[in-house]
Amino acid sequence: MAGIPVHAWTLIEAARAIRDKEISSRELTRALLSRIERIDPKIHGYITVLPETAMREAAVCDEELAGGHTRGPLHGVPVALKDIFCTKGVRTTCASRILDNFDPPYDATVTKKIREAGAVLLGKHNMDEFAMGSSTETSRLGPTRNPWATDRIPGGSSGGTAAAVAAGTCFAGVGTDTGGSIRQPASLCGVVGMKPTYGRVSRYGMIAFASSLDQGGPIARSVPDAAVVLAVIAGHDRRDSTSVDIPVPDFLAATERDVKGMRVGLPREYFAGGLDASVRESVERALKALLSRGAQAVEISLPHTEFALSTYYIIAPAEASSNLARYDGVRYGFRADGGTGLIEMMSRTRGEGFGAEVKRRIMIGTYVLSAGYYEAYYGKAQKVRTLLRRDFTEAFSGVDVILTPTAPTPAFRIGEKVDDPLTMYLSDIYTIPCNLAGIPGISVPCGMSPDGLPIGAQLLGKHFDEEALFAAAAAIEREIPLPRLAPLEE
Amino acid sequence: MAFEAVIGLEVHAQLATGSKIFCPCPAKFGAAPNENTCPVCTGMPGVLPVLNRRVVEFAIRTALATSCKVQERSVFARKNYFYPDLPKAYQISQYELPLAVCGHIDIEANGTSRRIGITRIHLEEDAGKLVHAGAFAGAQTSLADLNRCSVPLMEIVSEPDLRTPEEGGAYLRRLRDILVYLEVCDGNMEEGSFRCDANVSVRPKGRKEFGTRAELKNMNSFRNVEKALEHEIRRQIGVIEDGGAVVQETRLWDADAGVTVSMRGKEEAHDYRYFPDPDLLPLHVDAAWVEELGKTIPELPGEKVARLSSRYGIPRYDAELLSSSRMLADIFEASVAAFGGNPKVTANECIQWKEAIVTGRLPPETIAHVVEDRETGTISATASKTLVEMAIETGKPVRQIRDEKGLTQVSDAGALEAIVTKIIAGNPKEVESYRAGKAGLLSFFVGQVMKETRGKANPRVVQEVLKAKLE
Repeated sequence: MAGIPVHAWTLIEAARAIRDKEISSRELTRALLSRIERIDPKIHGYITVLPETAMREAAVCDEELAGGHTRGPLHGVPVALKDIFCTKGVRTTCASRILDNFDPPYDATVTKKIREAGAVLLGKHNMDEFAMGSSTETSRLGPTRNPWATDRIPGGSSGGTAAAVAAGTCFAGVGTDTGGSIRQPASLCGVVGMKPTYGRVSRYGMIAFASSLDQGGPIARSVPDAAVVLAVIAGHDRRDSTSVDIPVPDFLAATERDVKGMRVGLPREYFAGGLDASVRESVERALKALLSRGAQAVEISLPHTEFALSTYYIIAPAEASSNLARYDGVRYGFRADGGTGLIEMMSRTRGEGFGAEVKRRIMIGTYVLSAGYYEAYYGKAQKVRTLLRRDFTEAFSGVDVILTPTAPTPAFRIGEKVDDPLTMYLSDIYTIPCNLAGIPGISVPCGMSPDGLPIGAQLLGKHFDEEALFAAAAAIEREIPLPRLAPLEE
Repeated sequence: MAFEAVIGLEVHAQLATGSKIFCPCPAKFGAAPNENTCPVCTGMPGVLPVLNRRVVEFAIRTALATSCKVQERSVFARKNYFYPDLPKAYQISQYELPLAVCGHIDIEANGTSRRIGITRIHLEEDAGKLVHAGAFAGAQTSLADLNRCSVPLMEIVSEPDLRTPEEGGAYLRRLRDILVYLEVCDGNMEEGSFRCDANVSVRPKGRKEFGTRAELKNMNSFRNVEKALEHEIRRQIGVIEDGGAVVQETRLWDADAGVTVSMRGKEEAHDYRYFPDPDLLPLHVDAAWVEELGKTIPELPGEKVARLSSRYGIPRYDAELLSSSRMLADIFEASVAAFGGNPKVTANECIQWKEAIVTGRLPPETIAHVVEDRETGTISATASKTLVEMAIETGKPVRQIRDEKGLTQVSDAGALEAIVTKIIAGNPKEVESYRAGKAGLLSFFVGQVMKETRGKANPRVVQEVLKAKLE
């Protein structure tokens, strides 16, 4: 890999180089920390950078390796986590004032697994506050910028992670996806992002937004890199009753799998109006890539698609209104000054501690669960959710994967949609049904807009069939070579 | 106009599991504040509940013991409200689909037996406790102790089948005894591990429709429940007789004043925004598990009372007292079986020493031994009492104490004859008077013999020997 700067290596290359002692974990970590120092001020992908602990962890990895021991597939490789995963003793804010200076007393299962696999934790990534947003603009610490065009948003809510991966300030990251929060920023930043099947990755220690939709997953610069990270973080966890006890397959092997004979569904509802021309062309290119390798196209229908967005905006806020009720200033996090009495302390804390978008969703959620409205909103949304799930079950009786755009447009400008929540919500129109159905989805780069902005294709699969998605995404990746690292001046 | 009360009771029983309902923290009382807590029960960001299997087992066993139908599928919901003792700002509780429904308990009150329906049994978690400023030295503000957070509770809701405070009391006591028999709850009302709220309304006798009900809270003993019900029924009848209308509200029992006081009205009722907890999957209970647990149900209090009174021929009242504790009844039966002693005498002893027996302070063989020794005349009734007291105090076997302290009595007529002869020889004047018809002097001779034997002679045998010698 002579001539390629270390930050441009894939995660798999970096892990191999450490294992083969071509480079030490300390050297690699130092290189990444120095890149963060130079690049991150332009991108703002990080909320917290951990130079001291990262160097210490790297030194331990080097010592272990010198003694002939490797902890796992990420041994010595610097990665980072969205600031929604609890990290023991390391501030975890969810990009919210209300969790200012919150040091969790425990590690999330994802954090624990990443550490056990030998990874070095570089820091915590920026995000939309409590993962509520599609642009990373609702972060209390300010927006992350798209490394491909720094006046544009990186997508969200895992925008910090996608931007950092595209900017080469980490080899991979773990984000979360409630309605597209991994796939949409991956698409907008030209990287790979996978939302696994609901229940594949433990939610323990992942700060809850909407419990029945949230799922953690990898963001990386290649499909095999994403497969390696998912293999590390996946698996049953007794601490999460919704995690499913089934074996974790060899995801990396799946990326080598032939797609010959694979039936690729094209839902007509996803290629209707509102789709940007360059996005349409790029997704068509992705389809051609699959067909050129022997896959077949099948036109399908997902008839309840038009109700997905409104269903989501009832269920997700309802769960969020309850999940976020615990931030009351009593035990941890921010507490507003000056209140007299309990009610005033709690109201002030929540009034000052939450941003506008979070408050909007708490209010929607509180409303739809209220006595007298529950059946009309939440009850009905659950029924529509069942219909949406059935759409996919029926579609998957005839196809192996479904191909769609990930986002309707390439990255928009910072500030462009921030005052128009409805338009902002529409950026998740293609990603939301997947969360409602609990199925896996991946976004893989498949083109560039005329302005040089990345465009991703989304592949959806059957429950627990991430392997088909890795196979198809890897095929697209091989057929459509695109730069994964944004062209940033150091 | 004659009125009739309609009462339904809601019991919250704290389940005696080792750990909490959704995390592995100890569920026991008495730890230092916030010692029995972890990220899960303190509602840290990102934590998730995991249901304790033992808790479900305890509730299924209770359901079976109260003839409830265990639902194949039940659902945990979130009850949302803000309070500093509720760290997640919601309580996880079964709402629309409880674990068990449609059961009953048979009770006896005012000499008649009645069957009281059980609407539902469901599981939920407890909240923490607030300690307010001034509660102890150094407490300058309100403080939260979260040890009790997520301690498992089982709510048992009766049908509105109870008609009198006595029936309410009988139902509660029987329910408590069942839970204690099952060893699922310690049944302590004063300490709050067995709590009761009551829904009360009155209606003219003979009318079918229910009146407007009030919910009563804050009754921390069986006696207080009965007193509160009595007061509330009188109050509601008074309101109606004065031409007023009972309002739907929650009222608190003030035990010191002996009255119920309005706490909040219907319009102040919370909107708890219940919805199924997405962190917990619906609870599925399969029939095989229920069947297996059915085999662990012991003989229940009602069955035991009936069996003890018929088998041993003891009064029903005694059988009730003995059956109030599984341990007490077991010791009674074992003591009778030990040497075939008189059941009534054994029952009396068991009832007399109930407190020491059920608290485990009395070595279990004590009752059998003292009853046997009394029946054989080896000890006196007075010595028996002294011996049991000493056994409680020292924990030593009662027969060892008897021998060490020399508390046996002489019941052998042959052994007493020499002493009796000596006494008669030493009191010729009294002998003469006795023989002349002063029968009352017999007790004088008995006293002399007892004095001579330093109290060890069996007075009944002494009398017999004396009578024979004096005639």
